[in-house]
Amino acid sequence: MAELTMVEALNLALARAMADDETVLVLGEDIGRDGGVFRVTDGLIDRFGPERVRDTPLAEAMIAGVSVGLAAQHMRPVAEIQFMGFLYPAIDQLVNHASRLRTRTRGRLTCPMVLRAPFGGGIHAPEHHSESMEAMLAHIPGLRLVIPSSPARAYGLLLAAIRDSDPVVFLEPKRLYRAPREEVFDSGEALPLDQPFVLREGDNVTLVTWGAMLKETLEAAERLAAAGAECTVIDVATLKPLEMAPILESVGRTGRCVIIHEAPLTGGFGGEIAARLADQGLLGLLAPVTRVAGYDAVMPLPRLEEHYMPSVDRIVTAVERVMSFG
Amino acid sequence: MVAADTTNRSQSAANDDISQDERLELWRLQVEIRHCEQRAYDLFLQNLVKGTSHLSLGQEGIAAGFAAAMQPDDKSFCTYRGHAHTLARGAPMDAVLGELMQRDCGLMRGKGGSMHLTSAEHGVMGSYAIIGAHLPMAVGSAWRAQYMGHDDVSVVFFGDGTTNIGAFHEALNYAAVFKLPVLFVCENNLYMEYTPIGQITAVENPAADRASAYGLDSILIDGNDADAVFRTARECIAKARAGDGPSLIECKTYRHSGHSRADPGKYRPPGELERWKENDPIKVYRARLAEFGIGEDVVQRIDDEALRKVDEATETAKASPLPPEEILTTDVYANGGWAWRN
Repeated sequence: MAELTMVEALNLALARAMADDETVLVLGEDIGRDGGVFRVTDGLIDRFGPERVRDTPLAEAMIAGVSVGLAAQHMRPVAEIQFMGFLYPAIDQLVNHASRLRTRTRGRLTCPMVLRAPFGGGIHAPEHHSESMEAMLAHIPGLRLVIPSSPARAYGLLLAAIRDSDPVVFLEPKRLYRAPREEVFDSGEALPLDQPFVLREGDNVTLVTWGAMLKETLEAAERLAAAGAECTVIDVATLKPLEMAPILESVGRTGRCVIIHEAPLTGGFGGEIAARLADQGLLGLLAPVTRVAGYDAVMPLPRLEEHYMPSVDRIVTAVERVMSFG
Repeated sequence: MVAADTTNRSQSAANDDISQDERLELWRLQVEIRHCEQRAYDLFLQNLVKGTSHLSLGQEGIAAGFAAAMQPDDKSFCTYRGHAHTLARGAPMDAVLGELMQRDCGLMRGKGGSMHLTSAEHGVMGSYAIIGAHLPMAVGSAWRAQYMGHDDVSVVFFGDGTTNIGAFHEALNYAAVFKLPVLFVCENNLYMEYTPIGQITAVENPAADRASAYGLDSILIDGNDADAVFRTARECIAKARAGDGPSLIECKTYRHSGHSRADPGKYRPPGELERWKENDPIKVYRARLAEFGIGEDVVQRIDDEALRKVDEATETAKASPLPPEEILTTDVYANGGWAWRN
């Protein structure tokens, strides 16, 4: 068993999926000879050849559309969009086609494609390279939205996404690409989709998050534990479709919930979780459900990045506030 | 590569390269589509088809010519104006009309509608109502064939308006670079919805004049002559199947009706429709069959049979029940409907 970065774990999962199934193809800009901007596809072209690992033109609508065409005929394409900010030309294919083929044709056509994109801030990148627009994708019926938050979960969830029969958008928190490392065993075993992961148990507050904010959330939980407040930390992992049971179960026990995400507050996916808690768990609440999120502003350039993203301090403050009730 | 010759269609039987059986098949396909599209229009007026529909009246020669040249494994990708292509590939007519009427007997059992006809078992890999979106899909289909060593060819049909959207160019470039077995077929009916295509396009022939940008031959043919379409289709399909890459084909044609049900087509200059009706593919082909000595009784019998088939399909579709309400929430995800998690 080796300690791997998330990039290495994703690479391992892609290689495993390609070795196991000849219908798995990888495509995107610079993903072949160059191995991708973040090197996630490094070496795959040497092992599997240019017929299966294809450098495409810079044309995101085409990359997504070709993937739909492949997937509708029993192939399993895994396309890379270089940064989430470059995803928008591909949105038509995701909203109007990939997510609808199954329902429109009553299951006669399906679309088992994966569209991977690095997302989120924290690596000092320019505009269009740091945003977190996952809520937009979570609004699309028929699409799955998966976000790993550790190397081992990246490995298992990417395998699950590739093997799944529905279109999956797989957003990779690039701030976690190279650290921390984690032991990853190349078992070929997928992790379940639609299953939040409970990463820490505590009876006072439930912290719900996904992607790179898991790092700050776990740090906040450590600091709060030292001060006597025990937190449960849940990594949602699959935002769409959303499995609420572990969140409801935990909040039923703690009575307090803080949702943390890097994306802007308004219309963010935290609002959906809060609404469901209000709908299905209101009577167990001891305090208002609170969100710690990015500001309703464009993700700034590197010098202001750390002021934009939710900090450990902001999470701790939010937890102290919900602890002040009852 | 293929010369467009719209002035002199006649040729002697001695050097003809299309058999009598093929000609009768081209005739059958055209009259079946004509009668079925007219019926679709009538059903609209009777309020049995809801929503909208986009008819191919006047454009039948293209659907017939390509379908007759395709093998059962070949794949078609259509636009919202897709009834003709779906029928031409052999999808059952009652299921096509049933889908238009949103009946349980429809191709997609009432969930796709007029704009999304799909019949994978007949090679119709779907009709797509967002302009340009299905061109990359056809490229993906062709990549699948090339990679898996299948010898089928993908054919994607689209209108003249599509030639000005990015996906058209992105798809053509990719197909040309990787020499994929795909045909791009532009049905140039002169209007991008309500606007004359020439008014908003930088070149005279919106598809053919762009071919050179992708290293492809410029192919411009008379889409109202099913023989010309059939010959071009046969040649380009053979080329694609042999591994020699894609083709871009522009077929000039004209739709007799408006863009959609809601459009009376008043933006067309006086006399234009009448001139094109002189060039109606059905009229042209009836004369062609006579020219090649095929008896009027044979020709008329096929026409009558087509109408009878449409009548029967109409009754079957009308008798079919509406789909159950539960289809609203089923087939959203592989493991169930939307409600399974909410």
